[in-house]
This record gives sequence, C-alpha cells and structure tokens, in this order.
Amino acid sequence: MIDLSELLKEMLSASGLSGFERPIREIIKKHWEPLTDELSVSKIGSLHGLKRGQGAEPRHRVLISAHMDAIGMMVAEIHEGLLRITEIGGIDHRILPGQPVLVHGREALPGVVVQPPSHLLPESVGDGPVEMKYLFVDVGLRPEDVKEKVRVGDTVSYAQQPLDLTGEAMAGHTLDNRVSVAATTLCLEALQNRLHDWDVWAVASAQEEETLGGALTSPFEIKPDLAIVIDVCFAEGPGSNDWSSLPFGKGVGIGYGPNIHPALYDAFEAKAKALEIPYNRDLMPKMSGTDAMAVQIVAEGIPCAVIGIPLRYMHTPVETVSLKDVRRAGRLMAEFIADLTPDTLNKIRWEE
Amino acid sequence: MTKKIDEALKIGAEQIELLEKLCNATAVSGDEHEVRQIVLEAVKPIADEVKVDALGNVLVTKLGTGENRVRVMLAAHMDEIGFMIVKKHDDNLFAFECIGGIDERQLPGKAVLVGRDHLPGVIGAKPIHMTTAKERQNKISVSEMRMDLGPEIGDKVKPGDRATFATRFEELGPSIRAKALDNRFGVAILIELLRHAPENIDLLAAFTVQEEVGLRGARVAAYAFDPDMAIAVDSTPAYDLPTWDAEDENVQYNTRLDAGPAIYVMDRATIADRRIVNLLVKAGEEEQIPFQFRQPGGGGTDAGVIHKTRSGIPSTSVSVPSRYAHTAISIARKDDWEHTLQLLHAALRRVTPDLIAGERRD
Repeated sequence: MIDLSELLKEMLSASGLSGFERPIREIIKKHWEPLTDELSVSKIGSLHGLKRGQGAEPRHRVLISAHMDAIGMMVAEIHEGLLRITEIGGIDHRILPGQPVLVHGREALPGVVVQPPSHLLPESVGDGPVEMKYLFVDVGLRPEDVKEKVRVGDTVSYAQQPLDLTGEAMAGHTLDNRVSVAATTLCLEALQNRLHDWDVWAVASAQEEETLGGALTSPFEIKPDLAIVIDVCFAEGPGSNDWSSLPFGKGVGIGYGPNIHPALYDAFEAKAKALEIPYNRDLMPKMSGTDAMAVQIVAEGIPCAVIGIPLRYMHTPVETVSLKDVRRAGRLMAEFIADLTPDTLNKIRWEE
Repeated sequence: MTKKIDEALKIGAEQIELLEKLCNATAVSGDEHEVRQIVLEAVKPIADEVKVDALGNVLVTKLGTGENRVRVMLAAHMDEIGFMIVKKHDDNLFAFECIGGIDERQLPGKAVLVGRDHLPGVIGAKPIHMTTAKERQNKISVSEMRMDLGPEIGDKVKPGDRATFATRFEELGPSIRAKALDNRFGVAILIELLRHAPENIDLLAAFTVQEEVGLRGARVAAYAFDPDMAIAVDSTPAYDLPTWDAEDENVQYNTRLDAGPAIYVMDRATIADRRIVNLLVKAGEEEQIPFQFRQPGGGGTDAGVIHKTRSGIPSTSVSVPSRYAHTAISIARKDDWEHTLQLLHAALRRVTPDLIAGERRD
C-alpha cells in the first residue's frame, strides 16, 4: 500500500517548473515503474506510463492526464548579489514577500523573497502591494559568489515545507497539481489487482501552467479513445465561497461544462453514486482551466472527463488539500477504468 | 591571555546550535516562556544570581573579582513579534491580531505555528484566479486573513493562543536564515558574555520581555539592577539594498551586512552617552574588530527606557545588523554576530570606574 502522505511529500520535495519538469519526472518514474508496463518521455517532457489491458487486441485506450509542472519564478536580473524575478505561471505578487524559495543555479540555493523598504521604492507604491518587478530574492551569499552561482534564466521554486494539518489535511506548495499525480499513482496501484479491458495511459503532463504543451502533444501520440483529466479545483475558504468553490474535504469534483463530454460526466456521476464516493458537480461554464482545454481538441477530438480535487489557497505556497479527497479521486478513476468494456465507447455519445 | 579569550569568543557549532534553538522557539511579547526556559537552563550553572521578576524578565548577576567594580547592565529582549488568535469562526478558521510591528503585506501565504504545542497552520490567500487586476493593487488586510489548521482542529486552539511564523533556522553559506534573529542574536550574545564574563566588572544581564510592545521589561529590569551604565544588545535592520531604479544611491541603509556590529549614537528613543560610544570605538580600533555606526534616526531599543530609569543611567546600544527584521525570514551574517560578541567583550574589559565617574561628556 502506498503511503499517500509520504508519496506527496516526496513529490513536493522536487521542483519541476513548467518547461523544467525533469526533477519531478524522475520521482514519478520511480513510482510508476513498478505499476506500469512501459514508460516513455515525450518530446516536450511529459511522462507516459502504459499499463496494458487484458482485453483482446486491438484494445481501446483511456488516457489519464495529470499535469506535473509547477508555477514558480525565474531570475530576470542580478544586481549587487540580489536577484530580480519574473513569474512562471500565475502568481499573485501579494503573497511573495517573505517566502522561502530555492534558486536553481549551478547549485540549489535557498533564499527568500524580499520586499524592499518603502524608501527604496517608487513613491507611488506607498504602503500598497509591491509589484514583482520591485521584489528581490536574497540567497544569503556575497555578490561575488552569487555571480558565480546564478544566471539570468535560472528557475526559482517555492520552498515552503509541507505541513500536516488536522483532519488529514496537508498544506504546501505545488499541491497543484502533485495531488493529481499522486491520485493517478493510487489509481494505477488499485488497478494492479483488477482486470481491465482497456489499455491505460497515465500521463504526467508538462507545461500546463504556461502553454498546455503537454496536454496538446501527448494525446496526439497516444491517440486515446477517452481522456480523464485530473487537476485541482477551488475549495471553499477565505475569499473563495461562491458557486465555483466546492466544500473542503467533502468529496471530489466532477467537472461539468463545454470541455467535458456529458456522457462521461454521467458515467462518472453514476459510478460515484454506486460506490458512495462523495462528490460534487464542479461547474465549468466556460473553459475548465485544466489540461482538458487542450486534450479535447487534439487531432479529431477526444471525449474528456474532468476530476477535481478541492484545494484552498491555489497558487500560494500554502495550498491546502484533504488527503481523503485525493484517495477518493484515485479510487473513482480506478473503478471507472476497471468497468470499461469493448462496448463502452458506444455509450459515450450525444443524445440525438 | 588576551589571545586565549579571543579564541573562546568565536561562533562555533555550539553557539550556532544555541541560536538555532532560540530562533525556533516561540516567544511572542507577553508569552516569553520558551525562550526564558532556554535562557535559565544556560545561565543557571554560570551565574552568581538568577531571578525571574514580576514581568518575566530573567535577571542574571555575574560578579567580578577586582576592586571598585563598575556595575554594567546588558539588556537583550527575549520576545519577538507574532500573533494572537482572537476568534474562532464557524468554518474552523481563526481570526488573529498582530503583536509588534508587522507589515501585513508580509502575511498572506505563510506557514505559522500556533500555541505552546506549535500546531502547524497556514495563512492562506484567495486564489489569484479569483482576483481582479484592480483587486491586486490593494493589499490584503489582516482582518480578512485567517489561520487554517485543518478541518478537525476542534478546541485544540483557543482565542488567546500566540502564534509565530513557522520558519526553521538554516545556515546559508556565510549567513543565517531564520525568524526572530531580532533579538535571539542579543540573547545568544548575552549568554556567551556571561560564560566569558570579564573579571573587572559586575555583569548584570537582563533578558527582557515585551520590548516589541513598548520596552516594558527593560524599564523594571533597569530599576531592579540599578546599574552604573548599560548597553542594550539587539538586532537592527540592514536596508543595504539597491534603490528601485538602481540609479540613485541608497543613502538610508541604516546598517550594512558584513560591516560589523552597529554602534548607536542616536535613535528615536535614546541619545547615547558618548563615553560608552567612545569606549566601543576604542575597543574596536585597538583590537581591529570591524564596527559601523548605525545611521541616526528612527527605531529604538531597550536603552530607550533604561537611560531614563531612576536618576538616569548612561546608555547606548550595539546591534547585529540583519536584513528583513519583523518578517517571516531574516538574513544575517555569522561574521557580524561574532564581531558583535567580540566588540562587546573588548569594551567590557576596558570599563573602569573613571569611564562614567565624571560629568556626561560630548
């Protein structure tokens, strides 16, 4: 049995910013190696794990897409031993001052994001939020050493250590979307002891936060018949209580909207109901903000489902998730996949 | 002999271990228990007298051996800035207030430790996806923030519990990265000075409380000790960063890293006694210990109340420069710490009754 908390902490310990996924990819490889029949890496850096089905050939294929890349920062300028930064992915500059970070220079350098005092900033800033372009990263080294060890273009990742909160909650950076990679790993583990007709292609996709590059290219190579995209979704919490947020720790989200094939929504809902896995309908009236935006329109088009793990404080270094929901997501996907038959595709159709 | 003392006054593994323990402990103003315990454990075996007073100050006396010993008070505050939980909401989230000077822009997205059991929690922030560009031009106020310790926190946390940033102590090359270097540096230095107390003086070490909420501990400590002179040992900001456009020279740096201990001539609360300032300068020059003058201006230390205690006590302050004080993470140099320890020791060794016998001189 996989220890989910340990698995997640290991996954959070590795960086893997969009376009720079190698460190996390190596860790996922290690965990997927015993759970899959074949592993390969796509040209853009996504990890593909194939677990063959037991059905007669040619078998149908189901894709699970869980992006592994993380938001973060990049060194934009070096000045007197201090680093100016720019963002990779969406970061609210208001959460940056005082954050512990890791600068991936010639060696990994722990540092901190610095908000300079008001008298060193333009007067217009006053006591308001300080834009990212005025922030620094300080790695505690003297300028000559910084020059030797850091270059413009080096990545800077969050370095907040994960915290175990009460009620099987965990807080940390990059739980978006390592929780989905972990849930996919749990799904693969559950399938070890199940017969499944279809081939399962687990994909830890690259570059979701910036270009959707992984989600556009892996399905092209794999040509799945169906795709399950798993990502985090908004959980209710401070400043986040409208219709778009789901209760925290009270079940997975099943996405509903134009990126999702309605018959797949129905199939997942029916499966969750049958197994009494708590879930909530996650309304996505326009774009889903997930890999499904890309996967759906690859080649001649692919029917997608979106599974969401509710997460508080998204894109901060203290993202918070309930491990219960991660397990639920893994189980729901495994049960859905185990039930796929050669005939299933005939049921994934439009009403008319 | 001098050589031997210098060898002893080094920052080595033992000193770093003590500072780490001090920084990782929680001691928000008014609840200094954890640091007080560490201090008591360290000073009891080496002191002539140890008292904990009505406010929670630790007052340590280490007597010298010579004739006509000057009674020198050193003060280092034990408390740090932090938070108090003030309300539990229905959703298991906690409202909190800041204690001490905290810029609320430093709070969103931080890990915290709550209460005596150091329960982990976070101060979250609304997902960026749900904010508007206009909204991001306004800072997030403390009243909107909550501490989140998970859905099953129950009554393990109560209003009144203190909290601090969860930052763990770490060495970064020549530097230290930690919370509360203001003023665990001072606490660590006082302990070290007690261990190597010069024989020519009576050393009166006050580990004070409630500095960050108005220098309250130092006032009663100075009254109780009734010293001949006093030096507050603290940590002061190094604002030695470039200006935003990197064209103007930064003329308000307060202090600089790597420039040695900061000697105070004047701050908002104290106009230093020049005789002690000159003593520090002489000690630094004679022993070739680097030092700098803290730029005169705002801020203050325990000296702000000590120098006005009873009929007046000649005072100044010496600080270890540190960047980013009063935030989750400060960065300071080990060399500056070591030089502060050495400068203070060199100055104390040079204290004679003549120093403060006459009128205050400029």
